[in-house]
Amino acid sequence: MTETLTGAQITIRLLERQGIRIVAGIPGGAILPIYDALSHSSLIRHVLARHEQGAGFMAQGLARVSGVPAVCMASSGPGATNLLTAIADAKLDSIPLVAITGQVPRAMIGTDAFQEVDTYGLSLPITKHNFLVSSVEELLEVIPRAFQIAASGRPGPVLVDIPKDVQAQAIEISAWPAPGLALPAPQADSALIEQAAALINSAERPILYLGGGVVHSGAAAAAIELAEKNSLPTVMTLMALGAMPVDHPLSLGMLGMHGARYTNLLLDECDLLIAVGARFDDRATGKVAAFCPQAKIVHIDIDPAELDKIKTAHIGITADVQEALALLLPAIEKNERKNWVDRNNALKAQLPFEMPDVDNPRSHFGLIRAVSDCLDDDAIITTDVGQHQMWVAQAYPLRRARQWLTSGGLGTMGFGLPAAIGAALAAPQRTVVCFTGDGSIMMNIQELVTACEEQVNIKIVLMDNATLGLVHQQQTLFYGERLFASQFKSSPDFVKIAQGFGMAALDLDRVANPVAALQEAIATPGPCLIHVSIDAEQKVYPMVPPGAANRDMIGA
Amino acid sequence: MNAMNRQEENDLKRTVLEIDITNHPGAMSHVVGLFSRRAFNIEGIHCVPVGDRTNSRIWLLLQADARVPQMIKQLDKLEDVIMIRQHENGHPVFGELLA
Repeated sequence: MTETLTGAQITIRLLERQGIRIVAGIPGGAILPIYDALSHSSLIRHVLARHEQGAGFMAQGLARVSGVPAVCMASSGPGATNLLTAIADAKLDSIPLVAITGQVPRAMIGTDAFQEVDTYGLSLPITKHNFLVSSVEELLEVIPRAFQIAASGRPGPVLVDIPKDVQAQAIEISAWPAPGLALPAPQADSALIEQAAALINSAERPILYLGGGVVHSGAAAAAIELAEKNSLPTVMTLMALGAMPVDHPLSLGMLGMHGARYTNLLLDECDLLIAVGARFDDRATGKVAAFCPQAKIVHIDIDPAELDKIKTAHIGITADVQEALALLLPAIEKNERKNWVDRNNALKAQLPFEMPDVDNPRSHFGLIRAVSDCLDDDAIITTDVGQHQMWVAQAYPLRRARQWLTSGGLGTMGFGLPAAIGAALAAPQRTVVCFTGDGSIMMNIQELVTACEEQVNIKIVLMDNATLGLVHQQQTLFYGERLFASQFKSSPDFVKIAQGFGMAALDLDRVANPVAALQEAIATPGPCLIHVSIDAEQKVYPMVPPGAANRDMIGA
Repeated sequence: MNAMNRQEENDLKRTVLEIDITNHPGAMSHVVGLFSRRAFNIEGIHCVPVGDRTNSRIWLLLQADARVPQMIKQLDKLEDVIMIRQHENGHPVFGELLA
């Protein structure tokens, strides 16, 4: 049967066929034909953000929880530029996203038309791939391909810029293309797998180093199996937290700039580093020349460009990490590694990770633990960026892949709230907690009203120290205590702000029993903001000074 | 040859990458963007459409430094790139410019 459909209708139909059920966005002139078509869709629910960056991060929340590409939309010009930060964030953390933007009509491109900006050019370095659609026919190829690219190999964001006249033009459609799905990853080289297994089996002091790729490829169970079979102490990057439960006996928790002292010191001792889906980011490695100086390196990653990029691997394997681990496991010997495991446990006991005041729910660590005590492992935890993010990374008992949503590579303040909304939309049965700071929440605070409109089950735990905490910390430690532009002279009443947006809010500073109040707030369905004042003088410790070797941690 | 001379020789060493790529208005931006955002100077560019003009062939004249292998990997990741060859000893399209 032949149908006559506009480019806008074709776009929406292709999204429906792709299985997309939620899109986040904001309409505007150049994308109105698509919004008109979207209004007729009975399958797709549109979530109206209040800033396009919020829409981008909502789509990220959807994608990070589900593991499949999610969609955000914006109009041309400022709509598109507002999306860019969320797209760049998705690129750095390898999150599959399809961003659809309206563009001025083809005949007006290049004329400095109203709300015209070079979206293609702007998005070029921050997308995995991008398209400027030049005809309505092309949509049939471009939309499925955008999803295929976003999901294949190392995931990432894809932008599709569609001129308004392409959206409006109608053509006859007699057949639809198949939805775009991830292409199979290259097979791991079996000779290299054997060599890697031999290195692991013969190592004296190996450490397993898990990155975000383990989460993306669904390899957490395989990674734990590998660690347990060969008794491999395991470190995780910020992106991989939860891949192995952080309280697993073999877990050394997060490595790097704010890792525990024993974690970084044990990495100094290892003779083999098995990097799986990790990219040797500077926040993880510290000064690269001093990172695992005695270790040979086995590096498994789906992106061949990551092998030998920062550290030369003795064995580099390009493969989907889940598939590679499945091939590797049978070749790995059972080994209890008593000496090495004992050494790990001894150092853990000698230099335990300190959480001062953890029993006080009005302290930063105490608050994080009190929140976690109200929840089980089904909960999803998002954060913003700053001190609170690092404290949660250090202290929250993350035990499940995709439990933890944080802006790692780009470190975008403003990520937490809209990502939590997206997570709650993707998993409405779960409780989503967004830990945020007073600096971060101000960067996307308008999405409080979106959370109310959608009645998502999110709990925003706002750790308010009236400063830009990590800036304050660095100025204190490395800039002679010259605090400048890091202390807010004026702070809003966040409880009233939340209530003004229509959200339930609780000031933990003003309740007699904070634990009971937290429990009640978290157990009550629907959005809620929980405000807690914390001490601005508290630091994230340990800390590796920027550019220093990980062994040269300061504090704690 | 003393160390200084070897250094000077390395400074002058050039390499040519020959890239087959889809022919569309954004393809060249994708290629040169990979270099400019890494502050890697492209010293010469030659580009022509090939066959039925669906594809183009680009030759890039580069300083042969340690970043070239990573650049080849990054180029290989571009959706539009079909094939990459490296000519360590230059390529005739740059003719006497290489001399």
